[in-house]
Amino acid sequence: MTDGVFNQSERRRQKRDPIAFILECLYSKGRSLVPESYLGEEVLWRLLREVSNVFKPRFNLYQTLQICTMNSIMRTASRCLRSGAYRTAQTNGELLSGWARLMCSSSAGQKTLEELVKKDRVVIFMKGTPAQPMCGFSNAVVQILRMHGVDSYAAYNVLEDQDIRQGIKTLSNWPTIPQVFFNGEFVGGCDILLQMHQSGDLVEELQKLGIRSALLDQEK
Amino acid sequence: MLSSALRCLRPSTCTLALTRQLTHHRPHMGPVETTIRNKLGQALKPEHLEVMNESHMHAVPAGSESHFRVLVVSPQFEGLSLLQRHRLVNETLREELSSCVHALAIQAKTPQQWSSNPSLAKSPPCMGGSKHDNTMAEKLKAGRD
Repeated sequence: MTDGVFNQSERRRQKRDPIAFILECLYSKGRSLVPESYLGEEVLWRLLREVSNVFKPRFNLYQTLQICTMNSIMRTASRCLRSGAYRTAQTNGELLSGWARLMCSSSAGQKTLEELVKKDRVVIFMKGTPAQPMCGFSNAVVQILRMHGVDSYAAYNVLEDQDIRQGIKTLSNWPTIPQVFFNGEFVGGCDILLQMHQSGDLVEELQKLGIRSALLDQEK
Repeated sequence: MLSSALRCLRPSTCTLALTRQLTHHRPHMGPVETTIRNKLGQALKPEHLEVMNESHMHAVPAGSESHFRVLVVSPQFEGLSLLQRHRLVNETLREELSSCVHALAIQAKTPQQWSSNPSLAKSPPCMGGSKHDNTMAEKLKAGRD
């Protein structure tokens, strides 16, 4: 599992100080796209300490078989940070173990997305964020979920990451955004969610997920 | 004379109700809209079909064909779930969706559902997403070619 992305000088720096190298890569290739509100310096450092614990005993990074190459780690790291998948409410322990799982995946990309959709009970891919949607259809999805009192769900902004945008369309075989997943299963887009809401099916579906819709309480 | 009046009214300040009436009288149907109509007509043999170009409601240049709303009433939807119906429509329009059509709002009904509730849904107002989307320029070019 080698790749010829790093040149001679980069490899020398890598050997001398792996942590600084990782930091540099993340900062130069991924940092500019990291949304400030999600991860601070401190968490980033802890993440990297975890990574370096794995790499310290090994001088030759390209010999590790279980863990994917440096380049794909960088890509995964940047993508995950950019996707804003990690909310600040998560504990650092949870965050780091999630990272360990991702690092061990052999191909960052499709598999990462598959894990993303299964991570939370309700997952949506939208344009913009729930606080600031950038599309009328995405906004409709957010409003419907809000009406039902669903406030803890994962929302990924596809405008920030073209890889996620293309990847999720491939994964669900659905050509448009927004996309809604319940328990890792694709439910549909804005139209379908709206019709489910109007017909009352959405309340049932949420119940199956163990979420009590706020509309049930309103009726009383 | 009607077409020049329509051209003057094209800017996005038009109210939704007004544009709904006008679209039915619009003399010029773009190539993408025609293709969509033909494909859906052939594949799904609908009893009722409406294809609306809603690009003027969004942050794209005038005359674009990027945002559509379709209403399909077809007996082929009997026994299919919402998702399956929508997937059927998406499959039919796969080529358009992968090139120039950026958004497709679908209403897929069986003839019974349509006769019991013959209403058209309205699209939510644009929130400017296409302005922030750097892939839109290529998609619009693909539409014009």
